[in-house]
Amino acid sequence: MINSLSLSIGITHFLVLSSLLFGIGLFGALAKRNAVMVLICIELMLNAVNINLVAFNKFVTPLAFIGQIWAIFVITVAAAEVGVGLAIIIAIYRNRLSVELDDFDWLKW
Amino acid sequence: MVEFSMTHAWLVPLLPFLAFAVIVFLTRPWKMLSALVSVGAMAAGFVISAYAAYGVFTSHSLIEKSLEYSVRWFSMPGLNIDVGVKLDPTSAMMLFMVTLVASLIQIYSIGYMRGEKGFSTFFAYMSLFGASMLLLVISSNLLEMFVAWEGVGLCSYLLIGFYNHKISAREAAKKAFVTCRIADFGLLLGMLALQIIFGTLNITELGEKIANFELYTNAATLTLVAVLVFLGPIGKSGQFPLHVWLPDAMEGPTPVSALIHAATMVVAGVYLVGRMLFMFLEVPEAQQLVAVTGAFTALFAASIALTQREIKRILAYSTISQLGYMMLALGVGSLTASMFHLWTHAFFKALMFLAAGSVLTALHHKADIWEMGGLIKKMPVTGATFAVGGLAIAGIPPFAGFWSKDEILSLTLSGGHPVLFFMAALTAFLTAFYMWRLIFLAFFGKEKPENHPQESPPVMTVPLLILAFLSLVGGLVGTPWFPFWGEWIRFGEFHHAAPDYTVMILSVILGVIGIGLAYKMYVKDVSAEQRLAERFRPVYTLLYNKYYIDEIYMWFNHTLVDGAAKAMYLFDIYVVDGIFINGIGAITRDTGSALRVFQTGRLQNYALVFFLGVLAVAVILAITGPAPAGLVWGGVR
Amino acid sequence: MDNIFSIAAFYLLGLVILGSAILVVMLKNLVHCVLWLAVTFIAVAGLYMLLDADFLAMVQILVYAGAVCIMMVFAVMLTQRKDMKSSSLFNAQFRSAGLVAFLTAALSAYLAMRTAWTSTVMPVPPRTAEAIATLMLTKYVVPFEVAALLLLVALIGAIILAKEVKADD
Repeated sequence: MINSLSLSIGITHFLVLSSLLFGIGLFGALAKRNAVMVLICIELMLNAVNINLVAFNKFVTPLAFIGQIWAIFVITVAAAEVGVGLAIIIAIYRNRLSVELDDFDWLKW
Repeated sequence: MVEFSMTHAWLVPLLPFLAFAVIVFLTRPWKMLSALVSVGAMAAGFVISAYAAYGVFTSHSLIEKSLEYSVRWFSMPGLNIDVGVKLDPTSAMMLFMVTLVASLIQIYSIGYMRGEKGFSTFFAYMSLFGASMLLLVISSNLLEMFVAWEGVGLCSYLLIGFYNHKISAREAAKKAFVTCRIADFGLLLGMLALQIIFGTLNITELGEKIANFELYTNAATLTLVAVLVFLGPIGKSGQFPLHVWLPDAMEGPTPVSALIHAATMVVAGVYLVGRMLFMFLEVPEAQQLVAVTGAFTALFAASIALTQREIKRILAYSTISQLGYMMLALGVGSLTASMFHLWTHAFFKALMFLAAGSVLTALHHKADIWEMGGLIKKMPVTGATFAVGGLAIAGIPPFAGFWSKDEILSLTLSGGHPVLFFMAALTAFLTAFYMWRLIFLAFFGKEKPENHPQESPPVMTVPLLILAFLSLVGGLVGTPWFPFWGEWIRFGEFHHAAPDYTVMILSVILGVIGIGLAYKMYVKDVSAEQRLAERFRPVYTLLYNKYYIDEIYMWFNHTLVDGAAKAMYLFDIYVVDGIFINGIGAITRDTGSALRVFQTGRLQNYALVFFLGVLAVAVILAITGPAPAGLVWGGVR
Repeated sequence: MDNIFSIAAFYLLGLVILGSAILVVMLKNLVHCVLWLAVTFIAVAGLYMLLDADFLAMVQILVYAGAVCIMMVFAVMLTQRKDMKSSSLFNAQFRSAGLVAFLTAALSAYLAMRTAWTSTVMPVPPRTAEAIATLMLTKYVVPFEVAALLLLVALIGAIILAKEVKADD
């Protein structure tokens, strides 16, 4: 197992890198107060996923291009998500004059 | 016109129904107009019925094979129900009789109900009743008949409770409805069984299939089905032990008693058994049951009528008794005699009820016959017509009742039922006695100074006269020397029996003795009943209290039904409500308030827990199975 | 991927990606966070180049480093009113969040290393844009159109959400 982490760069290197990036993004999304920061961290997590996809494309199915096509769709969805997410943040801000997630506990009874 | 009437017999029930709709939706504010609509529709129905009856009674082919036409009501795989018309001599006779009597009674009602609250509503109900009854008569299908059967039950309920400001009227209406409901349940079960066994509810088809019932089922099952079907008539026609509603039904207006609870609706049960006679003839036990029920009811009700004091109540028990006669006739296998008695009874019993109504109007609803007396001087028409009815029911020739009762008696004897014959003959004697007891007490004897009777207006007396005329001549269509009736209305072959002079003379003698005894006891020696009552106190009390049947039912209700209800109530309160409903509620509520603290409302908190879950699932998958873990995490292994 | 430049490039890019991502999460000034975010995105684009996905690398720079970062800056500009120096703080649950994030990343990395990947030696064709374009308009034409529709819906939704609410509504 450790052998696969040899000097030669293989798929495992990319997957480990993307796992770490995903963890950082997850930490930020769970631990940051600012709603804009949560959105930013979600983008980090999406990027981690994209690295995965492109690595699979390179090492597993280089001719089918499934990974890259998937990655493009993920980018598309991410762009849409950022747009709508920011609009929501602005709408909430207009109502509450705050983007601190600790101030929003509307889900509570 | 004859042709048209026969092929459009469905118009007869439709017209009163339209009258009902018109009165309810349009003409209710105008009383006289409503009455005219109602009477007009019924009279038009009578004209069509008369033409149709003329057509039926001139074409011999219809005796064996009835004229039928129908439309599909609904169908699903294995179940096809038609609504249609079945026109044969029996139904044509019924159509004619019902429309005739109903028209006369509705005309009478214009006078009787004058000034009553709900005048238009009364006529609307009467029209609806007419529609249902006529539909019942012409039905070609048992389900169709059942709908009409419930329709007449509904109208009976509405009309018994017509004076709904009186508690007794409301109670009587409920009693009638519930009692008939119990009986109808049996009928419904019987119909279901017929549909399941024979695959049809068409009366004609059932007749063909039941003739060879061994192909479908065994005799025991068919007997059970016949008994179930017979339950319906027991309730509707007031046979023992479900007769209790009929005397109480006299709470309704008198025309209702005359039309529904004497002349038409209560004979629906007899008519149904007559329609299904082919089934009862196949299973002798069920037929025996019909005969015994009929004879017993006849004697039983007549004995109660001996001691009653209210005029309409006596007539009600008399009706039950006469219905017993009809059932007895069916039980000994004669459609002819049963329908013949139904026909004559309709006239003389309607007559007596209407006359009683006339008396009640004159005396401001004082109903006790002991408080009447000498009414014939002030009310000659009412008194005379009532006496005609009394002669008819007592079986004095040539009045209508004589011929039909005589036929039943002689058939019972020749059919080999000596016990039933004895019961029926005794009933004939009692009938003559109690009916003339009523007449002597109410119309003869001393006048009571506190009464100021007046003869009723012509709108009431003319129907009385017509019905009296019919009570006089209605039986002449079926005398032993002119057996027109038996030739047309029959089941099976026509036997022309020679006149049985023994029975005829016996029944006349019984009637005359009954009347004579009543004369002796209530005109010559008025205190005779008092002395007899003293002498036979227990018997008198038993009869006066109607054998305590109502009390037995009340006891049954109060102890058994209420006891069971009480037990169920406690079960409901403590087990269903206590443990299941409130228990589950309490568990849910307590769990909820315990879990409430986990509901922080913070999105990131939820996401954290969510990822904890993801972790847990991933770890479980990674440990338990390499294959699922590979699917989740690695894709390709 | 055995040549020394590729190896060096991978470790260098990985270092930049992880380092700048950590800075994004840890810094307290929201504007700085967004700037470091742009660095992360560009480094990821470099990683795509390393993986022979040149078209995707361009898309990454255009969409992420360009559009998304600019959008974030706009959001910061439209919402932040308080002190910018402490505009990006941790909440109360950051310890447990760190634990969960660490465990997730560790488990994921562990499973990635444990799994025996069947990799191929076939190279990626050099002209990826052409191949992607062909696939997009043939095999994946329906998802392609749906994605277009999604963008349109998101556009309209964002406009409606962010629109000024009129007083009389």
